[in-house]
Amino acid sequence: MTTDALPLDDLVACPQCDTLHRASALPDNARAHCQQCGIVLMTSQPAAMARILSLALTAFIMMIAAVSFPFLTLDAGGLHNATSVIDAVLAFNDGYAFPLAVAVAFFIVVIPLMRLSALIYALGPLVREKKPRQGARKAFALAERLRPWSMAEIFIVGVTVALIKVAGLAAVTIGPAFWAFAGVVVITVLKDQLICRYSIWEALDKATA
Amino acid sequence: MGSAGQSHGLITARDAGLVACQQCGQVHPLHARICKRCEGRLRSRDEESLQKVWAWLIAGMIAYIPANVYPMLLTSTLVERSESTIIGGVVELVEYGSWGIAAIVFIASVMIPVGKFIAIVYLALSVQRRSIANQHERHKAYEVVEFIGRWSMIDVFVVAILSALVQLDTIATINPGIAALSFALSVIFTMLAAQAFDARLIWDANRTRQ
Ligand SMILES: [Zn+2]
Ligand SMILES: [Zn+2]
Repeated sequence: MTTDALPLDDLVACPQCDTLHRASALPDNARAHCQQCGIVLMTSQPAAMARILSLALTAFIMMIAAVSFPFLTLDAGGLHNATSVIDAVLAFNDGYAFPLAVAVAFFIVVIPLMRLSALIYALGPLVREKKPRQGARKAFALAERLRPWSMAEIFIVGVTVALIKVAGLAAVTIGPAFWAFAGVVVITVLKDQLICRYSIWEALDKATA
Repeated sequence: MGSAGQSHGLITARDAGLVACQQCGQVHPLHARICKRCEGRLRSRDEESLQKVWAWLIAGMIAYIPANVYPMLLTSTLVERSESTIIGGVVELVEYGSWGIAAIVFIASVMIPVGKFIAIVYLALSVQRRSIANQHERHKAYEVVEFIGRWSMIDVFVVAILSALVQLDTIATINPGIAALSFALSVIFTMLAAQAFDARLIWDANRTRQ
């Protein structure tokens, strides 16, 4: 199949500059950089898989809380308006702005939840040292492809800006969902830092073999 | 690779007669089409990369024009009805004395999108000219564009939250303007432009000269 002396499975090519490297085991907590362009090719963190899974599960539960509880409440002149994350999405629900409502719903709730479920589905059996589920590879690939489109952290900054804009107009109370959402953001950042694509694909290969 | 053997100089997968999966890193013989590991599509180089980059970029720039001309927010209170554009919103914040927030909105809605247009044009042109200058800087620019572009969405989310929150019948209501939609489209199109860019092309220019 190949004319190369090295077995192909021992090679890694940098996804951003195509430079070939020979893969070998990294010491714990080390990072391997591409020799040409310098991006991180792989990291090795002990027990990363179990930590990713538990962070993903926590984030999933907090996300459910974040969409169910009141997010912000506004009081002005005896009038009262409670807003959930769902309301924020439906704000665009009139006429021409409908496509925007769909996009916002995807960016802040649907895509983050899809990423989390796909990760839990793909990594769950690996952590328990079982064979991967059917479609685990597709699920992990999807979770990684969706990464730039998951915008929960940007939404939280947007909310902060909105709070300051509205501060002069009315009294705003921050609800439990706000803190749940902020928690999701922090946990997602921690979790994504632990994800090393290369190691997870290796683990999927090993578990299948 | 950190601990990896670097015995035979730097060689690309393509030069070695191989093709690498960009999604999972698995290396295959050059004729392979589908990755055996993740079932992703294999392409040694994305030949249509620049075409797609230009198409998405132009769409993004076009959508950015109405985003600045039309109102983002329609506000009505007991005493007045007002509309504010992106820049108008920033000016209002400055008038309230919220300098920090004004800066965040200005950076996210003006500096990042415009900077991104310029960066992508520069990246695409330099690859077309097969430039071998500043490869490391251009690769860094590509990474920054990929990382920071999504943050432009802040203002769209501000509009979403304000319109959901400020619905107090007679006293005050805020509704989204058409610019919110065109701005969101502009951000989405430029994100797709950045994703269509095949960074391997930056490094190819001097490889073929060797
Ligand atoms: Zn590289
Ligand atoms: Zn692959």
